[in-house]
Amino acid sequence: MTSVTETAPVPSFGDEEETDRKLVIICSKGSLDMAYPGLVLANAALGEGVETHLFFTFWGFDMITKKTMGHLKFSPIGNPATHMPNAVMGLPGMTSFATFMMKKQIEGLEIPEVPEFLDLITDAGGHLWACRMSADMMHVGEEDLYERVEGIINASDFIEIAEGAQTLFI
Amino acid sequence: MALATLADREVHVDEEGFMTEYDEWDEEMAKALAANIGIELTEAHWAAIKFLREDYKANGVTPTLRRVTNEGGIPTKELFTLFPKKPAKKMAYIAGVPKPAGCV
Repeated sequence: MTSVTETAPVPSFGDEEETDRKLVIICSKGSLDMAYPGLVLANAALGEGVETHLFFTFWGFDMITKKTMGHLKFSPIGNPATHMPNAVMGLPGMTSFATFMMKKQIEGLEIPEVPEFLDLITDAGGHLWACRMSADMMHVGEEDLYERVEGIINASDFIEIAEGAQTLFI
Repeated sequence: MALATLADREVHVDEEGFMTEYDEWDEEMAKALAANIGIELTEAHWAAIKFLREDYKANGVTPTLRRVTNEGGIPTKELFTLFPKKPAKKMAYIAGVPKPAGCV
């Protein structure tokens, strides 16, 4: 068959280029609002075929500690982006209320809660690492952590993993 | 958005090559689209593609990977095996629906 139109273009999914692009995200915060940026970006990177590692340190441990990972909170205190006076945000119950509201919004966007998000990321091939110093400080062992954390590693191990990677500190 | 030839037929595609008219797609198209990106369709691929088609038709939005897993019942790991590296975009391309718009 002859046709007057041209053959349809084929999108480039980057299969032909051998990429060694790698992303490392350091998650250092344990509040609900600061947990999501790292998770969203990690998930997006994996969906683009980028090797992705998440390194959890200090307060970021709350994201991978079994006891806390499903109960992160959002505190509106001292956060000018809430556009509310601190005097109001400091009232009793405000953190629970703000957390509830934020969780509802996140759910409304069909974004999973932290534990499910970590399932998704690891299913997509993402790697999770915990910081040795934080574990020692907080007296936390592997048994206390989300089971898909690959290991508790020290700073030098992390530097090795991060070789050649784009690194984000959150 | 322009007419272009795909599997010996004229169809509407965008500048990247994604089909833009839901009803111009059929299984022959899917095979041609898959072949374009080096994928040979198996039963498992079809299950994902059919879910994308139905879900898009029902909701007007391309489902995210999470949705294909949770609602379509296909594990995320499997999606990465079937459509290597960029499953969400590749599935959408073969299924003749737009790229997913959401972040997650």
